[in-house]
Amino acid sequence: MSREHLKRFRTPYPDYNVLAKWDTPSFDDVTRRVIAHRLEHVPKRRFLDEAQYALLRAVMDTVLPQPERSEADRIPLEALLDEKLAMNLTDGTRHKDVLTQREAWPRGLAAIDAEAHAMHGRGFLSLSADERHSVLEAIDTGRVDGEHWKGLVPKSFFRHVLLKQAVKIYYSHPAAWNEIGFGGPAAPRGYLRLGPDMRDPWEAEEKRRPQEAEDLSEDET
Amino acid sequence: MSAIASDAEFTLRATKGRAPNVFRRGEWVPMREYDENEPVDFAIVGTGCGGSVLAARLAEAGFSVVAFDAGAFYRPLEDFASDEAEQEKLYWLDERISGGNDPLEFGSNNSGKCVGGTTVHFQMVALRFRPEWFKSRTALGYGHDWPVDWREMWRYYAIAENDMKIAGPVRYPWGPKRGRYPYREHELSASALVLARGAEAMGVKWTTTPTASLSAPRGEAHPCVNRGFCKIGCATNAKQSMLVTYVPRALAAGAEIRDLAMVGRIETGPDGRATGVHYHRDGKWRFQKAKNVVASGYSIETPRLLLNSASEKHPDGLANSSGLVGKALMAHTNNAVWGIMNEEIRWYKGPPSLAVCEHWNYVDEGKDFDGGYSFMSQGPLPTDFATTLVENEGPFGADLRNWMAHYNHMAGLKIVGETMPNDDNRVELSDEKDRLGLPIPKVTFSLSDNDKRLAAHAEDFMSRMLEAAGGSNLFHTASTAHLMGGCRMGDDPATSVVDASGRSWDIDNLFVCDGSLFPTAGGVNPSMTIVANSLRIADRIIAMGKRGELSQSAAADGKRGA
Ligand SMILES: Cc1cc2nc3c(=O)[nH]c(=O)nc-3n(C[C@H](O)[C@H](O)[C@H](O)COP(=O)(O)OP(=O)(O)OC[C@H]3O[C@@H](n4cnc5c(N)ncnc54)[C@H](O)[C@@H]3O)c2cc1C
Ligand code: SF4
Repeated sequence: MSREHLKRFRTPYPDYNVLAKWDTPSFDDVTRRVIAHRLEHVPKRRFLDEAQYALLRAVMDTVLPQPERSEADRIPLEALLDEKLAMNLTDGTRHKDVLTQREAWPRGLAAIDAEAHAMHGRGFLSLSADERHSVLEAIDTGRVDGEHWKGLVPKSFFRHVLLKQAVKIYYSHPAAWNEIGFGGPAAPRGYLRLGPDMRDPWEAEEKRRPQEAEDLSEDET
Repeated sequence: MSAIASDAEFTLRATKGRAPNVFRRGEWVPMREYDENEPVDFAIVGTGCGGSVLAARLAEAGFSVVAFDAGAFYRPLEDFASDEAEQEKLYWLDERISGGNDPLEFGSNNSGKCVGGTTVHFQMVALRFRPEWFKSRTALGYGHDWPVDWREMWRYYAIAENDMKIAGPVRYPWGPKRGRYPYREHELSASALVLARGAEAMGVKWTTTPTASLSAPRGEAHPCVNRGFCKIGCATNAKQSMLVTYVPRALAAGAEIRDLAMVGRIETGPDGRATGVHYHRDGKWRFQKAKNVVASGYSIETPRLLLNSASEKHPDGLANSSGLVGKALMAHTNNAVWGIMNEEIRWYKGPPSLAVCEHWNYVDEGKDFDGGYSFMSQGPLPTDFATTLVENEGPFGADLRNWMAHYNHMAGLKIVGETMPNDDNRVELSDEKDRLGLPIPKVTFSLSDNDKRLAAHAEDFMSRMLEAAGGSNLFHTASTAHLMGGCRMGDDPATSVVDASGRSWDIDNLFVCDGSLFPTAGGVNPSMTIVANSLRIADRIIAMGKRGELSQSAAADGKRGA
């Protein structure tokens, strides 16, 4: 059984705030317009129905848990994803015999809920954090019942649709840039110090080493 | 999303006798305009490495030229944000159906849609082919020979490198002697030093990557400030994309550029020869008459356009008597190894691939595969790296955030690996239609056993190298990059689509000039070879003009050969 609830994410850059550079030469007008819009505009639900939307939020909180953030500070992954689906933004590729994003999401969410019932006898929403994690883990390792998936390949939906879209949204947010120490916007001013362990004064300062990284690939089937 | 940044995607900018001045905010340069009903000498479809170079050179030689691009005409200084999500506007995001055993990803991965083409968001690695690759069938026993001699290409590479002020090392460690690069090499970033350290530990040569980013001022463009957003569009104009090099040259020489203009069909007359192009702009379909038409839309759109232009005389599509239009599409394998370094790397700074190793392009011993590969240091932006991480390894939950918190300690090595030309890898038209009513392309791609052996060799070598450089917690990722082929050039009408001048064997006033001409892929990034080849084709077309071998009017009777 997963010990997910015991894991706590700690950023190596607790004092860094990329938005503190807002009025410095690291930000230009066009970037300010784009980032201001991202921060201020939380889209209203348009594409998914209410139940799907609640489920999506629970799934997003499992793949990218943000326990340390208040509701106001939380990166609203479900809202931004729903907007993408509503706008039917495509990324240039439609895999042959694979469902479109608009078809895949409702079906994938329903299948996740069905797996929750099959594994724990309850819907995903009423599961604990550990149980939720274990359901998604089963999906990623293929230990699931193909029946629920109706044409979706569980692992490929999980990685190439769900996780991919989640990280594209999450790591586009300044709060995420802060926690990984990314320099963020850098025009017209870029950087001068490029060498190892070198940092310009306008870059994030590492206050502690990143936590030990869990080895990847070990739970590969 | 994009409307917040600029109106370029919705409003024609190259119109009313002017076009954007890409070096200034809000300013314009004069642009000559041509009448749709007067046949222009050349209608060129696409403004990337093929189209813009040809447009500039042909206009400079006195031809009347109109170049079309489906995408927007940006001014980088005011339109490009330092933001990955916003800059998706540079990609060709129209759907393509992708199949085969190893289906390709399009969009951000290999296809641009804007004036300047894919180079507006390319990574600026500016390498030359190994000379033997131009005769890979006769010299190395695989693939197809190019209908050109490497020495001729070598001359054109030098011109291309000077036109783009490539910043590179004084002495390049592989291949025959080449002159100095026009601009001095860039300062190495920490991520490049990881490659250097690894190469030295493994006993192979490495060098600073020749890079299409200014290391010193050029005209109104400032040198690179190491902001590291190159792959999503450079907002300072240090990057020498087609948009800030050959496109302004084309305009200054009297070419017209039509932005937001999607060409749907090349028209042919009763004699089977090209008469002009149908294009969609400003809400309706229009027609431009032309004496010669050039397809420069890259490896998916060029075949798509030729196939969609089928007519009574050309039932299988234009230039397709060989049946090869759309076939032998190639990509580069893009396998990578990533690891955590003890020191802070902060790979978001500087052009992302500042060090390169071409060892396995030039050494043939000890390989269990045909072809070669180069590899470079890496510097992906956050969503780019996160996507690579989750798609290949699937971490999620606190582990995912934790992994991403190593972002500033990560380093990576990634290959540009040659794949073999295979006729089964191809572009076709599907039965589905896009917004404009054009058939959506369907692409089939599978790696060969040889391609997989090459990738496995590279993974093994690079893993040992990254470990030797101090990397830990290594993991591998697999993907592809770049497109080549689909309209092969050659010496024989039975086995190629066009001749050495890019002229189609079937229709004497129809040319192809872009990355789709590649008979083989080579183990380096393709754009310098496309630019050099386009410069060469331009000279050949100009010479043909002088000899009176070009179509003088749409109805002229200049039939050649077939
Ligand atoms: C992320 C990325 C990084 C890269 N990095 C490098 C690198 O470091 N070094 C390197 O050498 N190469 C690199 N490349 C590859 C390089 O950019 C391309 O190979 C090159 O730009 C192709 O040139 P082209 O002229 O054939 O096509 P493109 O540059 O793609 O130009 C084609 C143009 O035609 C237009 N078009 C297509 N069809 C139509 C139509 N029907 N009507 C009107 N317009 C049309 C498109 O909008 C586009 O602007 C990279 C590519 C990508 C995506
Ligand atoms: S690193 Fe240099 S080339 Fe790249 S975006 Fe920045 S200024 Fe442009």
